[in-house]
Amino acid sequence: MRPRTVFAAAAVTAAFLAGPAFAGPTLDKVKGQGMIVCGVSTGLAGFSLADSQGKFTGLDVDYCRALAAAVLGDANKVKFAPLSAQQRFTALQSGEVDLLSRNTTWTLQRDTQLGLNFAPTMYYDGQGFMVPKKLGVKSAKELNGATVCVQPGTTTELNLADFFRANKMQFKPVVIEKLDEVESAFFSGRCDAYTTDASGLAATRVSKAPNPDDYVILPEIISKEPLAPAVRHGDDEWFDIVKWTVYALIEAEEKGVTSKNVDEMLKSDDPNVKRLLGVTPGMGKSLGLDEKWAYNAIKQVGNYGEIFDRNVGKNSPLKLERGLNDLWTRGGLQYAMPIR
Amino acid sequence: MAIDARQDGIRPSRASLVNDPNVRAIFYQVVIVGAVIALGWYLVHNTLENMARQGIAGGWGFLGREAAFEISETLIPYSPADTYGRAFLVGVLNTLHVAILGIIFATILGTFIGIARLSTNWLVKKLALVYVEIFRNIPLPLQLLFWWSWLREATPGPREAWHLMPGVWLSNRGLVYPVPVHDPVYLWMGAALLVGIAATIGVKRWAKRRQAETGQPFPTIWTGIGLIVGLPLVVFLLAGAPLTWSKPELKGFNFAGGASVTPEFTALLVGLVVYTAAFIGEIVRGGVQAVPWGQTEAAGALGLSRTQALRLVILPQALRIIVPPMTSQYLNITKNSSLAIVIGFPDLVSIANTTINQTGQAVEGIALIMAIYLTISLSISLFMNWYNRWVALVER
Repeated sequence: MRPRTVFAAAAVTAAFLAGPAFAGPTLDKVKGQGMIVCGVSTGLAGFSLADSQGKFTGLDVDYCRALAAAVLGDANKVKFAPLSAQQRFTALQSGEVDLLSRNTTWTLQRDTQLGLNFAPTMYYDGQGFMVPKKLGVKSAKELNGATVCVQPGTTTELNLADFFRANKMQFKPVVIEKLDEVESAFFSGRCDAYTTDASGLAATRVSKAPNPDDYVILPEIISKEPLAPAVRHGDDEWFDIVKWTVYALIEAEEKGVTSKNVDEMLKSDDPNVKRLLGVTPGMGKSLGLDEKWAYNAIKQVGNYGEIFDRNVGKNSPLKLERGLNDLWTRGGLQYAMPIR
Repeated sequence: MAIDARQDGIRPSRASLVNDPNVRAIFYQVVIVGAVIALGWYLVHNTLENMARQGIAGGWGFLGREAAFEISETLIPYSPADTYGRAFLVGVLNTLHVAILGIIFATILGTFIGIARLSTNWLVKKLALVYVEIFRNIPLPLQLLFWWSWLREATPGPREAWHLMPGVWLSNRGLVYPVPVHDPVYLWMGAALLVGIAATIGVKRWAKRRQAETGQPFPTIWTGIGLIVGLPLVVFLLAGAPLTWSKPELKGFNFAGGASVTPEFTALLVGLVVYTAAFIGEIVRGGVQAVPWGQTEAAGALGLSRTQALRLVILPQALRIIVPPMTSQYLNITKNSSLAIVIGFPDLVSIANTTINQTGQAVEGIALIMAIYLTISLSISLFMNWYNRWVALVER
């Protein structure tokens, strides 16, 4: 063994020893790097989709922008990291992204085993099936023996197996990781049905189907899919910020504060609005943020209703109903904890 | 040198210990081994610490938990109620299935391509050249996607499936064909097959000895075929030829009954075979060309026919050159089969990835993938090294 070899080995060893990966408190890291790294979907219309200029739009994307506005004062200080269903948790655990805002279902296993904390639900979804109209299928219960296209590593894959098991039916999965590939497999007729969250089905049908009218979404919703932003365990300060930014957007809608009227609302007499917008100080300080945190988010991105309508609701191609995602005051589930 | 010094009765001084090549060699080896162990310990320790800090639970307990996801193609019975451990086993068997078939077909196709490259026919030679240059220069994932899309797009849906032969249908769900329903007699036929193979080996040894002694050749090949095919056939006929077919029939969405080959499996197998055969073709051509022409002439001069010359003179020498690089190609097929993930064939990596994602046990999952691939690859290597020693030219 020559000394030179020893040197080489020592150099390699030194390279490995250099700096064990340690992500400090996320807020300091985010302020230090001057932007938030946000894990989003690789492309799902209405939630996270890059246009030809590489500009992302969608509900998940807008939440990241609102968070950047709240934390850094500028909604553009976000770097989007498109992640596949299989990459997402590892990317968050390893500190590659500061949060996941990637149509991710909140489950017990993920909350505990994967070491995640989920912020309040941004979109209450449920899993459905889409089939070609010519098959003449009217209900998911008629899918015995069907071949079903699905993405791996998702709750969708598990719900699918559960649903068929519970109804004593057989199926063959075609499991493909890339969304584009799984969609093209379905539209080319490789599968009888395609399953994912109902919002995703609507998005795929509108944006990818050769002719949307040839496909129907079956009425059954076979699962609960609360899609929520997620952060790592162990940084409660950051978790609080992510959580209360969601509440702030919902609270703003409830109090009628929009991106257009937010400046007028600064003069509002409603103590709730005053606390939300930082006219009465204290809320921002408690979170370790500027008192204008919620004001910035609402001003630059809009309240929850605006974000919803723009991306998936009535002002978007998807035209999804508010349904469960309406405010609690209108019969939905969106309910912000008191900001005080 | 040090030994000489001691024999001369001169005790090595302390200073010469530093210059003693043996001492230095041992010292450096201790240092290197120490560094490797320290590095390994550091990596494991750091990983465990980071996992603990992020609140990720480790351990192998997840292998015994219910997997709850369905797998489209399995060689053993599997349902979502089975464990992650069994899902892994399904993945390993699927990987082995495609790898073994891939190795067999790639060897056959590759050998043809290699021989075609040496053909005296201009057209055949150039066609083989074009084949090799096209298929070894396009990335394999692209080829897989091509075959898969083609199989999907070119074929009709199951309700309009092409009826190729009685009972055989082709659609975008794959190829379905009838298979005989299992009967206990088939086990006896399998036993007869093994007896036939053993008898053939015996006959071959006897024929070789007889030829060495008397010079009388014996038609070993035909006898062998007779034994291997004939014995199971006799058992089958004696048992009254029990044969009922499970025929595929269109039921609801898809064919039920019979057996099927999915487009994913076909695309993966065809992709691997076509890609690797291009490399194997070049290896075969190189191996044959490396045997000097004089050997062929000498064999002719001894009165051997062309096939005898090829079988007894050229091939044994060419195989010496062909086998080692062939081992690499076999390992490549096995490892490239992990590209199945691109087209949704449930191989080991695909199932492991799903498992990792559902359980969050990334470190354990990746370690398991590595251990399994290492085991498969080392087994292939061991077998090929044994075969290499067997075909190696024995110097006399």
